[in-house]
Amino acid sequence: MTAETASEGQDGNSPGTGRPVTPRSEKDKRAFKRELTDVIPHLRAFARGLCGRPDLADDLVQETLLKAWAAQERFEPGTSMRAWTFVILRNAYLTDMRRNRFRGEYDEAVAERTLTAPAGQEGPLHLSDMHRALLTLPPERREALLLVGAGGFSYEEAAEICQCAVGTIKSRVGRARAALSRMIESGELPRRGSAGEDAAHAAIMRDLDHVSHGGSLK
Amino acid sequence: MRPARDRGGKRPRPEWADGLRQLYDSVLNEPLPDSFADLISKLDESGK
Repeated sequence: MTAETASEGQDGNSPGTGRPVTPRSEKDKRAFKRELTDVIPHLRAFARGLCGRPDLADDLVQETLLKAWAAQERFEPGTSMRAWTFVILRNAYLTDMRRNRFRGEYDEAVAERTLTAPAGQEGPLHLSDMHRALLTLPPERREALLLVGAGGFSYEEAAEICQCAVGTIKSRVGRARAALSRMIESGELPRRGSAGEDAAHAAIMRDLDHVSHGGSLK
Repeated sequence: MRPARDRGGKRPRPEWADGLRQLYDSVLNEPLPDSFADLISKLDESGK
């Protein structure tokens, strides 16, 4: 699966592709819509982690919902709606990256406002610092860590979403964990202010250059 | 800061692991903007 196929709005899903398409009854459609509605918060959380800016992340989720609805006949009832829609979202993100939509879009003020930890749960690590650190990771490691470390997917599920081998996901998660641990242990976690922003921007620009030159996050 | 250990099997959760989860959960717990309800309600029209 490539980002281009996702951009067509029909094939943004790997699970289910290639299976016979069965027309959906009204009841099926209602059930599909309920399930789709239930995963919206998860889609928002995944998108926010991927692209950094809440408003663009929500645009990405809306795009994902429309694509999922259009492709609902490819969804196999009983399988994970969350995993299925994450594939669509991921592919939409890659397509948008190619269109330079996220160039330099990390917004410090918005991140600061929206990434405040709930009262009583704030640890020594500020959530916006965490987010900046995440954004400095190479994209394929970032998404692997988001899926496994935050989304609670198994390595197998994450591999299916990213369309790669389980071993590859394990390796990406391991490297991402090591990089974050290193940043925190060394005190080099990107902080608020120009240095941190530069690091996050540099990471986004690296991603962008990578996909602009025909690379993918596979 | 406390060094993080990550050695397989039972391991202490490093500081960032909780942060990562919190980051995700903080979005999960946000109220959903109205734009999503609007979009979901319009899906029926687009599907017919």
